[in-house]
Amino acid sequence: MKGIGRRKLKSNLAFFVCFLMALWGLFWLCFILFDVLRHGITALNPALFLNDPAPPGFPGGGLRHAIVGHFLITIFATLIGVPIGILGGTYLAEYGRRSKVARFISALADIMISIPAIIVGAFIYAIMVKPMGHFSGWAGAVSLAIIMIPIVVRTTENMLTLIPWTLREAAFALGAPYHKVILQIVYRGASTGILTGIILAVARVTGEAAPLLFTSFNSAYFSLDMSNPMASLTITIFQYAMGPYDDWHTQAWGASLIITVFILILTLAGKFVISRRFKH
Amino acid sequence: MIEIEVKNLNFYYAGGNRVLKNISMPIYKNKITALIGPSGCGKTTFLRCFNRMHDLYPGNRYEGEIIFQGKNILDRSIDLIELRTKIGMVFQKPTPFPMSIFDNIAYGLRLRGIKNKKELAGRVEKALKEAALWDEVKDKLHESALGLSGGQQQRLCIARAIAVEPEVLLFDEPTSALDPISTAKIEDLIVQLKSKVTIVIVTHNMQQAARISDYTAFMYLGELVEFGPTEKIFTNPDKKLTEDYITGRFG
Repeated sequence: MKGIGRRKLKSNLAFFVCFLMALWGLFWLCFILFDVLRHGITALNPALFLNDPAPPGFPGGGLRHAIVGHFLITIFATLIGVPIGILGGTYLAEYGRRSKVARFISALADIMISIPAIIVGAFIYAIMVKPMGHFSGWAGAVSLAIIMIPIVVRTTENMLTLIPWTLREAAFALGAPYHKVILQIVYRGASTGILTGIILAVARVTGEAAPLLFTSFNSAYFSLDMSNPMASLTITIFQYAMGPYDDWHTQAWGASLIITVFILILTLAGKFVISRRFKH
Repeated sequence: MIEIEVKNLNFYYAGGNRVLKNISMPIYKNKITALIGPSGCGKTTFLRCFNRMHDLYPGNRYEGEIIFQGKNILDRSIDLIELRTKIGMVFQKPTPFPMSIFDNIAYGLRLRGIKNKKELAGRVEKALKEAALWDEVKDKLHESALGLSGGQQQRLCIARAIAVEPEVLLFDEPTSALDPISTAKIEDLIVQLKSKVTIVIVTHNMQQAARISDYTAFMYLGELVEFGPTEKIFTNPDKKLTEDYITGRFG
């Protein structure tokens, strides 16, 4: 009986430590979110979204240039990264499913998912920014796309392998060629899963600063021209938070809040899509 | 009249495992031929030769001939898409596509280039009626097929297969995942279908083979032990092995 008492004590102790650690993690998360909300909300006003930066000390400056720039870079990164990711994932799960090359690429994509983002930035700096001679929005979009590709590749591959082979066989048995089986049956069955992967990939890259530092750099002006340096919210946060002016600090908080809320919405949208998928 | 003639068929899975051994038998037109035998005897493997399903997986190899409409369908030059249009298949588990009931039935028709909405609607209705599913789904044709019950899904798959008007339909244990009532409906349906198509059915259920088939082939360890009219196989088989299996002494 003595043994049982000790076991119970150990069990309770382990439970208590786990609970404490979870609380500890949660505390900092809530602290950060609350702090971003508290400071950021004071910065929110129409001018923040509608105006471009004013010289330090002048009121009414905004972040329109960075919001639009960030949006453009993210959109083009998605347009470049998602098709490559989906097609690559399709190769791994369908055409190349038995080949060693596919297994190698799949393992490589897994490693690529955890590659430090700044290395991607430096890589694009070397192959795009240097040869072009200047920073550009395109370079930023490409570096974010490179971060997205392995995420989309792996989620697509996983979602496609979840579709049972009997479903493909049923389509083959009706005389469908392979590309139609993939496009019309497999993609349809896996669509919510693939969509979730895309949403999570966008959420991941939209908070990145490091790969943009070497590529799209920054700009104080509103621009729609992707071949020039382009402002982004994350780099602007970096610049403004380090800057000497109180206005900048407030706007950096505002930008932080905008990005945080955007990522929160994307993540929730992803979760919503998943929950709907498994209800059916 | 013979629809398909199997001559000395051998089949090897990738890795060289010989699963079918020198099978020769006819498949009679507008009749139901049942393939029976214990698990692992090769009956499903045999069935999947008729629409060359094994070609989906590399390394599989056929030997011998399956003559259908004057051609050896095991020949490399055979257009598999065309072959599978003529020889349809219904699987063990219902395989509704993740789309509406209408689109499921129309899938094979659209593959064949039928785009005319009236013609599609007409042929979908006809197929659903032939599969005895029309009354149950006519008000929800545009709802997801995944919402149907298992038995309804299986009849949907039969409707989808007959919509393209094949000559032969292959059934791979079509009722093994269904309850007795759904099973009875599917059996009725299969019997009705034989006026239009030739049917080959794999079944684990010997009563089912006895109830619905005209001819029965008993297979054991990859070989065809006995083939003949169902009545004869079940009442007066030539081989001792067949009799032992039919009477439940092994299997």
